Amino acid sequence: MSESEKALDAEKQEVALSEGTELTRDRVTFLPRSDIYETNDALVLLMDIPGAKEADIDITLEKNILTIHALVDPKEPENYALALQEYEVGDYQRSFRLSNEIDQDRIEASYRHGVLRLVLPKAEAAKAKKISIQSN
Amino acid sequence: MYYRRYRVPPVWQEVERLQREMNRLMESFSPRRVQTAPSFPAMNLWVSEEGLIITAEVPGIKPEDIDISVVNDLLTISGERLPEQVDENVRYHRRERGCGKFARSIQLPFAVDANKVEASFENGVITINLPRKEEEKPKKIKVVAK
Repeated sequence: MSESEKALDAEKQEVALSEGTELTRDRVTFLPRSDIYETNDALVLLMDIPGAKEADIDITLEKNILTIHALVDPKEPENYALALQEYEVGDYQRSFRLSNEIDQDRIEASYRHGVLRLVLPKAEAAKAKKISIQSN
Repeated sequence: MYYRRYRVPPVWQEVERLQREMNRLMESFSPRRVQTAPSFPAMNLWVSEEGLIITAEVPGIKPEDIDISVVNDLLTISGERLPEQVDENVRYHRRERGCGKFARSIQLPFAVDANKVEASFENGVITINLPRKEEEKPKKIKVVAK
C-alpha cells in the first residue's frame, strides 16, 4: 500500500497527545504528511509543512529519534472577518525512529514551497556492501 | 452452482464508502471548528467591505503549476502537484503525500474586480486578494434624525 502514489487530500491530521500531556501553547498541532524513501546512501524525508517559516523549523536528532517541530503563526488579515474555514493553521510536529545508522554530521535540510526535505546520509558502517564473487 | 450476473464491487470500496458515510453521520452530530473541504485544496475565506481574501495551503506546488481564474463571482483554482522524481531503485518506507491534478471552484459572496485580483505565494500557502467591484460596494446610508 505504501508504495503506490496517493491522491491529493485536503484534510489535516491532528497530533494525538498521550494522556496527561499538554502543549504549552494553546494551539492545534498537526501531524505533517511525510514521504520517506531510501536510496543506496541516504534516507530522504519529505514533509508538507505549509505556512512555516524557514527560521521556525526545528530539527533535532537525538540517538535515533528524529524530531521535526515547526511553529506557524496564524496570519489574520486586518479588518477582515473569517467567513469560511476549511483548514486550521497550527504547528507541526512529528518524530521518527530511524532504523539505519545515520551520519549525523552530514544531514542536509532544505525548505521550499512549504515542503521540508531532509537528506540523511547513511553512516559508512551501515551502508550495504556489495560483495563480488571472484571467479578463478 | 450458480453464477453472479453482475460484478461484485471490491470489498475495500464498500468499506471506504461505509467509513465516509459514518464520518458524515458523526460530523452532523458534533460541532466542528472547521468545515471539511469538498476537495483539495482546503480554503479559508476572509470577508470585508473592501473585498475578499482567500488562502489555501498548497505545499509542494510551484507557483507556475497553479492557475487561478475569476469569472464574475466564481473563482477557480486548478493545478497539479507533481510526484517527486526519484530513481528507480529507491525503496519507499512511507508515502503519505498525495499528488496529481486538482481543480476547485468556489462561489464568492459578491462579484469581484477581476482586473485587480492579486495572488501571492509564500511557504506553500497561496493568498488571493480579490477586491470588490466599486459599483457593488455597499453604500453607507446616513440616518437623519428629525
